[in-house]
Formats: sequence, structure tokens, C-alpha cells
Amino acid sequence: MAKTVMDLRRGPKYVLPGSAACPGCGAQIALKWVLKILEGRAIFVIPACCTSVIQGPYPKSAFKFPVYNMAFAAAASTASGMARALRAMGEEDIHVVAWAGDGGTYDIGLQALSGAAERNEDMIYICYDNEAYMNTGIQRSGATPPKAWTKTTPTGKAEMKKNMALIVAAHGVPYVATASIGYPADFLKKLKKAKQMRGFRYIQIFAPCPTGWNFPVDKTVEIAKLAVDTYVWPLFEVEHGKLKITVKPRRRPLKDYVSLQKRFRHLTDADIEELERTFLSRWEALERLEAQGTIFL
Amino acid sequence: MPSDIVIPVSNPAEAAAGQTGLWRVFKPVIDKGKCVRCWVCALYCMEDVIDEGPDGYPVVDYEFCKGCGICANECPTKAIDMVPEVRE
Repeated sequence: MAKTVMDLRRGPKYVLPGSAACPGCGAQIALKWVLKILEGRAIFVIPACCTSVIQGPYPKSAFKFPVYNMAFAAAASTASGMARALRAMGEEDIHVVAWAGDGGTYDIGLQALSGAAERNEDMIYICYDNEAYMNTGIQRSGATPPKAWTKTTPTGKAEMKKNMALIVAAHGVPYVATASIGYPADFLKKLKKAKQMRGFRYIQIFAPCPTGWNFPVDKTVEIAKLAVDTYVWPLFEVEHGKLKITVKPRRRPLKDYVSLQKRFRHLTDADIEELERTFLSRWEALERLEAQGTIFL
Repeated sequence: MPSDIVIPVSNPAEAAAGQTGLWRVFKPVIDKGKCVRCWVCALYCMEDVIDEGPDGYPVVDYEFCKGCGICANECPTKAIDMVPEVRE
């Protein structure tokens, strides 16, 4: 059992070396940690996303755990059936994990996710959020932040990013959390908590993508940390309807975060200021929700 | 299920997508004099190829290291250098 952060580097390897992930992939760091925390006792359902490619070409797979590759819209419904079948067979301690990207969660997989959350199916739904459809070549998704460049938003996205964690929390599920590869202790705590609970658990992991966000490959973890410190990615959890902000960093200027990524290089100082106000007001909204006590029933 | 339907199943193997030694541009070299064995490099290694060597210091598996440099960037004592690969 992974007790401390340092246990995330030890132990058996469930993601074998030689995968097809890009150098500096944030999603693979998250996947490696999740598997070590669950000790490999999990069946993964993976819809179309980067992770379907990271496995490597048939007939080999870099993943040393059971994986069921599914169509884009059906991750949560497949995992629902799998969880029910396992429980009917008397298997209680095997986790069913739906592991989807932001496209398969925010946009295409939303109806199946919402259905599974409503039925409170016994699974862990993990969304690793790299803020666009990276696998198909960087198209915008509901998770892309405002003003960010993608191939389908060449002058910057005009719309906001969906507040997905709160959308799922509004279903009244037992556990919803956001995590980041930049804060491993917080990550471990949330995954351990989810592991011990039953019912529908949703975790959303911030996974920077050097290919799509256009930053140097060695900056993945640095950017993940900066996203939390600049209030771009607040770390919070909603447990039985009660919201708690788990990491309250000293705020750093948003410029530190955007200046590292070329997807934001067209921004003027005024744009950055506007963006900073947006993220700050989202943070303040979260603080108000935290102060209210139980917000979702 | 009819017996003529074959479900393709991939089996776990190292190097499912090949080795990286052929295309890596920079490789991490650990300076044991500066290393304090905090294992932050191994924690963040995306390929999980930094392990404990026989002398208790981290060792990188260069067959699979992709040379991303996250280890060097996160190392608190800056004990890891990213050295350009030289081909004969």
C-alpha cells in the first residue's frame, strides 16, 4: 500500500517502460501513480484518448493491467456494466476505473458519465485533463481554457472552460476531487480516500501536455505546480456534498504560468490581466461554496 | 458468442512501442557528488526508469529513457545534467 509519496516511485511497474507516450507526458505520470496507489488491482476502461495510443501497437501493450478499450462516448457505461458484473460475481476488492481524457469526459462522454453518476455506480472515474483533443492533433474541447491557441481556435478560444468537477458534484455523488501531478502528496491523499470509498468517485487530474501546449518537455511538472499556484487549477474535493479547498497556495502572477507556454504567446498584457481576473473570480466562488457547508445533496 | 469472432488482445511487454536509445536527443547524467538521494527524479520519471542501483544511488535505464529532462528540472540539488547524445 502506498503510504507516503515516496512509495509512488517504488514497487512493481504497472506501466512498463517503452510506451508510446511523448517525452514529458503528464498523463503517464498520473497513470503510473494511480496504478501504484491501486496496487494494480483495477480493471481500466479507456475510451479513445491519448492513453489508447500510449499502450503501443497490437499485439504488444505497455500496460501490465487489464484494459478494455472502448468507443469514445461509452467509458462510463462500459465501466458500469463491468462493476455490476464483478459485484454480482462476488468480487468486492477489484476497482473498476474509467480512465478518460478531457474530450471523453467534458464533451463526448458526458452523457454516459452523467448516467453512471446518477445511478451511483461503483467505480472510480478519472479524467486526465490536458485541455484539448491532443491525440487527434490539438483541437479545442470543453476543457480548453479561454484564449488558448489550438488548431481549431487559431486566434484563441473565446469561451470559458467548463467547471466539470462541480457539474459531476451536482449529481450528489459520494466523492469528487481535482488533483495535479505537481502536488503528489495531495494526489496520493485523494486517491487513497477514493480507494476506500464505494459508489461513484470522480477525480480530475491536471496533466500538462508539452506537445499540445507547446512548452519545453522538461517543464511538465513545473507547469502543473504553477497552474495550482496561479489559481488556474484549484485543488479541492467535494465529499458527500461538502466542498473543501485542499491546497491554498500563496498566489503567484498568472504571467509566470502563461509565459512558459506558446499556446498563450499571442496574449497581450491586457489579455493576461483579464484572464487573471477570470481565474481569481472562479477561485473566490469556490471559497464562497466552501464557506456554505453542504452544497450538494 | 460465435466461435469465429476473434477479440484482439494485446499482451503486456516491455518496449511495446520500441526503445528510445535510437532517437533520444539529451540524456540525463547523475552527479553522485551532488545527489542527496531524495528520489524526486524517480517520483516524477514518466517512464519509471530511474531505479535504485547497487550503491544506493539512482540509476537511469538508458534503453527506455526518453530524455524529457523532467528529472533534471525537478532535482532540488541540480545533480542531473542533460547531456547531448553523441552518435559514432
